[in-house]
Amino acid sequence: MAIKADLVIIGGGPAGMSAAVAAYDAGIRDIIILERDKSLGGILRQCIHNGFGLHRFKEELTGPEYAYRYEMQVREKNIPFKLNTMVLDITSDKVVTAMNSEDGLFQIEAKSIILAMGCRERSKGALNIAGYRPAGIFTAGTAQKFVNIDGYMPGREVVILGSGDIGLIMARRMTLEGAKVKAVCELMPYSGGLARNIEQCLNDFNIPLHLSHTVVEVHGKERVTGVTIAKVDERRKPIPETRQFIECDTLLLSVGLLPENELTKCADIALDRITGGAVVDQNRQTEIEGVFACGNVLHVHDLVDYVSEESEIAGKAAAEYILGNKKPATDINLVTDGKVRYTVPQKISAEENVTVYFRVADVYRDVAIVVRDGENVLINKKKQKVAPGEMEAITITAEMIKNLEGKTLSFSIEQKEGK
Amino acid sequence: MFDIVIIGAGVVGGLVAETLAKYDKKVCILDKASDVAMGATRANSAIVHAGFDAKEGSLKAQLNVRGSVLMEDVCRRLGVKYQNNEALVVGFENERAEVEALYERGVKNGVQGLRVIEKDEMLALEPNLNPELACALLATTSSIVCPYELCLAAIGNAMDNGVELTLDFEVTSIEKADGKYIIKSADGRKVEATYVINSAGLYSDEIAKMTGDGDFTVNARRGEYMLLDKDCGTFTQRTIFHTPTKMGKGILISPTVDGNLLVGPTSVDIDDKEDNSTTAEGFATLFAKSAENVANLPFNKVITSFCGLRSTGSTGDFIIKERDGVITLGGIESPGLSSAPAIAEYVENILNGLGALGEKKASFKAERKPAHYFRELSMEEKNEIIKKDPAYGRIVCRCEGITEGEIVEALTTNPCARDLDGVKRRTRSGMGRCQGGFCSPTVVELIAKERNIPFESVTKFGKGSIINYGKTKGDN
Repeated sequence: MAIKADLVIIGGGPAGMSAAVAAYDAGIRDIIILERDKSLGGILRQCIHNGFGLHRFKEELTGPEYAYRYEMQVREKNIPFKLNTMVLDITSDKVVTAMNSEDGLFQIEAKSIILAMGCRERSKGALNIAGYRPAGIFTAGTAQKFVNIDGYMPGREVVILGSGDIGLIMARRMTLEGAKVKAVCELMPYSGGLARNIEQCLNDFNIPLHLSHTVVEVHGKERVTGVTIAKVDERRKPIPETRQFIECDTLLLSVGLLPENELTKCADIALDRITGGAVVDQNRQTEIEGVFACGNVLHVHDLVDYVSEESEIAGKAAAEYILGNKKPATDINLVTDGKVRYTVPQKISAEENVTVYFRVADVYRDVAIVVRDGENVLINKKKQKVAPGEMEAITITAEMIKNLEGKTLSFSIEQKEGK
Repeated sequence: MFDIVIIGAGVVGGLVAETLAKYDKKVCILDKASDVAMGATRANSAIVHAGFDAKEGSLKAQLNVRGSVLMEDVCRRLGVKYQNNEALVVGFENERAEVEALYERGVKNGVQGLRVIEKDEMLALEPNLNPELACALLATTSSIVCPYELCLAAIGNAMDNGVELTLDFEVTSIEKADGKYIIKSADGRKVEATYVINSAGLYSDEIAKMTGDGDFTVNARRGEYMLLDKDCGTFTQRTIFHTPTKMGKGILISPTVDGNLLVGPTSVDIDDKEDNSTTAEGFATLFAKSAENVANLPFNKVITSFCGLRSTGSTGDFIIKERDGVITLGGIESPGLSSAPAIAEYVENILNGLGALGEKKASFKAERKPAHYFRELSMEEKNEIIKKDPAYGRIVCRCEGITEGEIVEALTTNPCARDLDGVKRRTRSGMGRCQGGFCSPTVVELIAKERNIPFESVTKFGKGSIINYGKTKGDN
């Protein structure tokens, strides 16, 4: 027999908790957060470095501190949550199937669902690196769990492939724990991480960053004994003459994050080919009414502060949906030029101000972010530099787009005039 | 002192052991690795071949056809997944003669359910095939299994019925004295037996030399594979081969019993019997060669790549012989997996001929609980188990949906897992799309707890494959 709930939130990380608090504040009480780990907080639990909360709280917090602020709100408001609970299935008519030790396998019929499952790291398998399959190859996040949660050292001499933020953070973390980080290799000619992390995690510790380089071979049968790296050409193919052996016992991978949308697919919800997350409107509602998505399951964010912001939108909108308050139709489609890779949301309404988030495909200097309705330029925002590692945001006011129902807004990166 | 010692805990040695477990004899399996199924059994194409490929009249042909008939029942009895998914051997117009020759050979070998089909029917059966192909041999008895799952189940059942397993035992000498064989290991241990069965795979020639039967050699042939996400598990329904060459059956594309898609193997003869590394050339070959058979294979969905080493014997046929109480199973190359149940039966007959086995014991338990039974249960049945043991309610591997209860079971059921890869092969934990990113720290913790060893002593696959070096500075 299925139990019923107004709102089921899948995931008790920063997205799920922020959404829960926002839904509560908007008047919803019958909420249940389902969290697969043994405590609330999600991946922030293992992010013990600082730098979280600068936008939200105007102070520098560690990951666990940031999570704790939300967990306290969840607890103070007595928002119910179940830990060690894995959601196994959701259906398009909002039946959630989950499992844990106390309740066994159980089902919840929800009025509304918020998807807040987060993301996972791309694994080595996808990279086709030659060599054996020794111990000593970890994703940066797995190594982070070993070091920060379990208290063990998965490596002594480390090479990191990929300059995503977790890789950069782990370069510093492993160094502080006494390991020698010999190099960070990045396939692209620019880093995929935040500029501040390059500065604080690599430069401050004299860790070399090799741009346009990749790992072509892993050495060692039982444990990693070294890696061969090589420079890549414009087509990202390794250049054989540049092969170089680096002795190490560990290879960490920070080669991309992938929104975890297995459950979203269970409910046949359409995904955006670029973000890997659901297609949503400005309320973060998916194509199924009453099913919302927020945080890294929707698109990979650079800062948790924006995850909270987005999740509040979803939480509030879920509450409105449950209370039966009709939201304006979202019938303006947002399209991109490829230099702007994607936008979230992908659809907006003509009646509200909305902030649109996006990432760019390459590093561009002295450009303008241009938003057009056909030929008509709505926004032309100058930027000295935009980079794939940093999320961009543009606010469109209701004033700009009134009467544009059914039309398309295009987002592009353009050279400034005269350049 | 054992009646029979089996050297090599692969799928052949495993099925031989399980067959001998029916008799009231003391049997022991030895292997140099720290787990079973660590040789060719660990990484091969996982196909139960119909039997049209081997030369008519050969031992290979005889045992393949017989093995393929026996396999379904062996799998059912041992609770091993088996799927009769059929196979197509495809060819271009200029290869039509080869396709027809395979059909003729299959009929002579006694293979049932063979038919040559034309392009239209072929594309109707498998829409993702390359439309340039002209015809195919359809083999309706071709099936798929998971070779290490079969090996684990066979050895597990053998052990449950009294067979012993000794790992990390690298045989360095075999001598006969006082009517018994004395088998010594690299680290100075010794085992004695009346009969010896050499099922040492790639090393069967070296073991044969120790018993004075060294008139053949076995070389290693490297085969690289790529495994694709379950999203692609129905890209083809059947196993797709290309018409074979002298280097083997070419690069196949096949669903696996676990719902992934397997592409491979390459085929390169190498000297080093331990070199199972993947190569850039191998990846390039897989990309290029598979494109001959199918259009638009989604290589961006690769979740892992690996390399298997298969035996190639010097005679081109299986080498099975008995001399003075030693049974040599040499050169068991493809279709070794398909033939394994028939090889076990063949060995049983030889031993019975020698009067070595005596009566069957009444206590033999033939049926084994499937290793992956939990996931097949209904909601109510699962809840019954969770009520008794809450560990079955805790999912550890999210991608494959594996619970703590199943992992503990793998660590406590014959043959018990001892390391991370051992748990992976038994439960599939860490085999999904994140490749152990989330679950491996938890699995390490469970191994440490269940085996009562320190966290940092848990390895990936034994020996020097340590995962953690010790505690962080803060804890010292």
